[in-house]
Amino acid sequence: MTGAAALPRRNGELAFEAPWQGRAFAMALSVIERLGLPWREFQRRLIDQIGAHPDMPYWECWLDALERLVIERGVVAADELDRTRPGR
Amino acid sequence: MSDDDHHHPAPISPVEARARALEELLTEKGFIQPGLLDAVVSAYENDIGPMNGAKVVARAWVDPEYKRRLLADGTAAISELGFGGPEGEHLVVVENTPAVHNVVVCTLCSCYPWPVLGLPPTWYKSPAYRARMVREPRVLLREMGLDLAEDIEIRVWDSSAEIRYLVLPEPPAGAAALDEDALAAGVTRDAMIGTARP
Repeated sequence: MTGAAALPRRNGELAFEAPWQGRAFAMALSVIERLGLPWREFQRRLIDQIGAHPDMPYWECWLDALERLVIERGVVAADELDRTRPGR
Repeated sequence: MSDDDHHHPAPISPVEARARALEELLTEKGFIQPGLLDAVVSAYENDIGPMNGAKVVARAWVDPEYKRRLLADGTAAISELGFGGPEGEHLVVVENTPAVHNVVVCTLCSCYPWPVLGLPPTWYKSPAYRARMVREPRVLLREMGLDLAEDIEIRVWDSSAEIRYLVLPEPPAGAAALDEDALAAGVTRDAMIGTARP
């Protein structure tokens, strides 16, 4: 079974509404650790995204912040990211 | 992969497609490992959640010396129970009393004491909660089901910097008759954020 119905429901509530959110969460933690940066280096980009896009869903702000982090830190090039992403 | 028209999965959203593309790219570069991502997701879906904070609260209720240490240094005290890690490095525990009610918000994003509460609920991250809790806490709490008398002081703690806050609720009536496990079972996540009372 796939989809939100299959996610575990510990503590009475889902940690993530969809699997991709969990992946994005774990990616941010992994990237920060791999780069040896303090968490606030991701957090401040998240704050920027949330502030600039108050109507954007949270996890989309999160993904935007993560993309900015990996581009700004030279992990990926902007055009590499654009090539892999449909319709953006 | 076969051309099977009878079992199309639902089309994925653009944001999900971006997340997958980023994961593939980072994996190709050897920058992340999918197995490690799996482990992180599993930890935050299964092992790290408010049941941890509930144990901390129950311990503080039964052991005055532990409570004293918890209020003096939250990070050190929760580590006594085996809890710690990301977003728990600067944990401050704030105590509710008959005269004071504490509530936590992150006005700018979603900062939250992960080791003891797991990941925050959607409403905690909403623009309405983030803006209104500092502006009109008593009204917002009442809307959320917690009606506090006017003579109870409400202290709102904004987690936007380095510190993460956990509310130590007052023990419920009859707490003295319960053991630690029973006490922990009655401690809710919302009580540890400050939007409810046990």
